[in-house]
Amino acid sequence: MANVPKDLKYTREHEWAKQEGDSVRVGITAYAQEQLGDVVFVELPKVGAKVTATKNFGVVESVKAVSDLFAPISGEVVEINGELSQKPETVNQDPYGRGWMIVVKPSNKGEWDQLLTAQQYEDFLARAAH
Amino acid sequence: MSEAPLKRTPLHAAHVAAGARMVPFGGWDMPVQYTGILDEHRTVRGAVGLFDVSHMGEFECNGPAALAALQSVTTNDVAALEIGQVQYSVFCYPNGTIVDDLTVYRLAADRYMLTVNASNIDKDYAWVTHHAKAARWRNVSDQTGLIAVQGPKAEALVGRLADQDVTKIGYYRFARGAVAGVATLISRTGYTGEDGFELYAAAADTPRLWTALLDAGRADGVASIGLGARDTLRLEMKYALYGNDIDDTTTPLEAGLGWVVKPAKGDFVGRDALEKIRAEGVRRRLIGIEMVDTAIARHGYPVRRDGREVGIVTSGSYGPSVDKYIAMAYVETALAAVGTALAVEVRGQGKAARVVKTPFHPSRVKRA
Repeated sequence: MANVPKDLKYTREHEWAKQEGDSVRVGITAYAQEQLGDVVFVELPKVGAKVTATKNFGVVESVKAVSDLFAPISGEVVEINGELSQKPETVNQDPYGRGWMIVVKPSNKGEWDQLLTAQQYEDFLARAAH
Repeated sequence: MSEAPLKRTPLHAAHVAAGARMVPFGGWDMPVQYTGILDEHRTVRGAVGLFDVSHMGEFECNGPAALAALQSVTTNDVAALEIGQVQYSVFCYPNGTIVDDLTVYRLAADRYMLTVNASNIDKDYAWVTHHAKAARWRNVSDQTGLIAVQGPKAEALVGRLADQDVTKIGYYRFARGAVAGVATLISRTGYTGEDGFELYAAAADTPRLWTALLDAGRADGVASIGLGARDTLRLEMKYALYGNDIDDTTTPLEAGLGWVVKPAKGDFVGRDALEKIRAEGVRRRLIGIEMVDTAIARHGYPVRRDGREVGIVTSGSYGPSVDKYIAMAYVETALAAVGTALAVEVRGQGKAARVVKTPFHPSRVKRA
């Protein structure tokens, strides 16, 4: 079973979200990167862009496929991982660490509670496997 | 698409046991990757890789009428083929578009073998037996396994297991022999741009041949390679893939395959249409493009010039050996010259691209 850190929240589209003070850091899960295979391109919004929970905020492409990225939470993008434009493979190598994608300043803190807990996401993955 | 169960090659169990990720491809359950597409791609460019291409179709065409039959249904000149030689060719419809691309092997004076794309086996067999019925045809696809051994160390690997000196087999030539004790047709062909062989064997013997190659190649760094890397390897060479770059809406002339269209040999299906197109000049050409902006052009994306739609992408990905985002596209003939600035529409946005020389990566096939 893929690595699912306990201190993060998750979406059913396989993004993770991490509370860091007033901000939320976002990336894709170990399961997601494994399913994608080698990531060769990541398209992220610009700093200052608004993202909306459950809506597309960017794109990740593997050799074979294009996949949308979905925002776990609404708000303003305050930071993006510029390293991914040169080294998209970082998403495969360290999905919960150096492979992060954006940091969002949430506009609706209530959305946090809508996200899956690690246990719920693990259950979701287990069901998807059947 | 039909709901028919996916077909399996003789190596299916070996792929599953090796932990390959299996995907449906042209009606077959095939390995798309084992360790990772980029890793597998680099193994083929740098060492040697094994591909299971047993899903491809093989037809035998025999008898005194075989040559005339093949001349009437393929575009290339089969009369030029010597025994022991292989020829790349195309089946065309009467309007000059493509039924399939294939290779023709001359096995003996009146005996030929044709290798066709997996997804087209039934369509092609119906086509040849209808349009070239004077010959004796046999579809031997199910009895035949096919392993491609590709990469700079392929010659050494196959050479160690073969009962003969394989260095003597020239490019697009073949010999019959034994490899690891398995009766094999050893063909110096491939779909990667690297030196290598395609080994045809009886389906029942194919797992034994596969295992022997993996074992004997360990010191060479051999690995099994999935369809994902097969696709990036052929893309870097600008080799056309049926269903992506060529199909029943494209002609060999616009696809850059005019070199296999030989009207001087006599009549064949599609000849009149192709002669007319050649005389008038093709309206579009299949070219190689490199992205200037950071983006991946994919099959079906529009190509524009000054906002006007001038073509369409047929294949595109990251090219691991060129370390660029590359693609193949049909564009209007006037815009096909190397250096031409174009834009590819990626998710509604124009991304700068330019026409480049192909192959994207230098070919290292062993020419005589």
